[in-house]
Amino acid sequence: MMKIEILGMGCQKCSTLLETTKQAAEELGINAEFVKVENIKEIMKYGVMSTPALVVDGVVKVSGKVPNKEEIKALLNS
Amino acid sequence: MLDVFADYMTYQVFEITKGSKLGDAVNFFIYDSLKIFIMLAIIIFFVSIIRTYFPPERTKQLLSHKREFLGNILAALLGIVTPFCSCSAVPVFIGFVESGVPLGVTFSFLISSPMVNEVALVLLWGMFGWKIAMIYISTGVLVAIISGYIIGKFKLEHLVEEYVYQMKVGQNEIESMTVAARLQYAKDYTKEILRKVWLYVVIAISLGGFIHGYAPQDFLADYAGKDNLFAVPLAVLVGVPLYSNAAGVIPIVYALMEKGMSMGTVLAFMMSVTALSLPEMIILRNVLKPKLIAIFVSILVVAITLTGYMFNIVL
Repeated sequence: MMKIEILGMGCQKCSTLLETTKQAAEELGINAEFVKVENIKEIMKYGVMSTPALVVDGVVKVSGKVPNKEEIKALLNS
Repeated sequence: MLDVFADYMTYQVFEITKGSKLGDAVNFFIYDSLKIFIMLAIIIFFVSIIRTYFPPERTKQLLSHKREFLGNILAALLGIVTPFCSCSAVPVFIGFVESGVPLGVTFSFLISSPMVNEVALVLLWGMFGWKIAMIYISTGVLVAIISGYIIGKFKLEHLVEEYVYQMKVGQNEIESMTVAARLQYAKDYTKEILRKVWLYVVIAISLGGFIHGYAPQDFLADYAGKDNLFAVPLAVLVGVPLYSNAAGVIPIVYALMEKGMSMGTVLAFMMSVTALSLPEMIILRNVLKPKLIAIFVSILVVAITLTGYMFNIVL
């Protein structure tokens, strides 16, 4: 199962990113586990300096912006 | 060009009588909003392209192990173009400190980033002229350099939460962007900012057109004019807890200035609102001990107050 993590200390953009990614995964029929990472130590482990960030199976895909659904789909497929 | 369009809209499309009070107000409103939105779009677009060359990861490398002072100057200048949102303040702070950016240099960046940027530049330019805009930007950078430098001199590293120094920060590749990707980023960013600020701009310009009649022109001049020595520190202190970006504070700035508050006091108020806020302090509490937050706020309050006095004397 794919593991999708959303990194961010609880800003509004983080929830937007989580929602959009959930929709993208659902439309692609991907069965994924979603984790919201709000602990700063966990966030820094990924070397991310601008939140929100999207991490798929341990790899940072996006940081510092909220891509649209189509872009997220492309990221999840690659 | 723009005035032709504004004339056309006012007198032909809306059919308002030329020379009437309403006509003047509507004409002024259309002309000024168009001017500011065009300026915003063009300047944000170009700054966004520059910005793609300086993601925080790159800024961190540039500032790492820089000498003080030179580092403070560089940090304050990079703060103008680096994207910053107060929700990212903590990861930025940890990333900087962990990679060897001196504490004072980090603060110069944290102060400059929200306070001076292209949105503040365009709005001040469009509403009050390029001189005011330049004065705001250059003194904003100066405040960031000096405040950060002083914090650095105090050697306050022990007032940063210990875990920050023990943290293992992962390495993240900085992806190189194609020209097309940079243009796309700039387009998206410009749209996002315009969507965020248009309402404030419209409010500010409407105030400009309609406020004249309602409150007496020099309503604030007696209380907050140049002669009142308490006006500047009071304006700065009121601004400290308030949270707003440069765009959100512009309508208030406009109203205050219109009603006779002196320029230095108003600019000091704007700096204090954008550079310091209660939410930001709460977020920074994750990495700074309360004493360092207090020192940070006090130094900035003093620096901004002095800047305000200086403007009131010079302007």
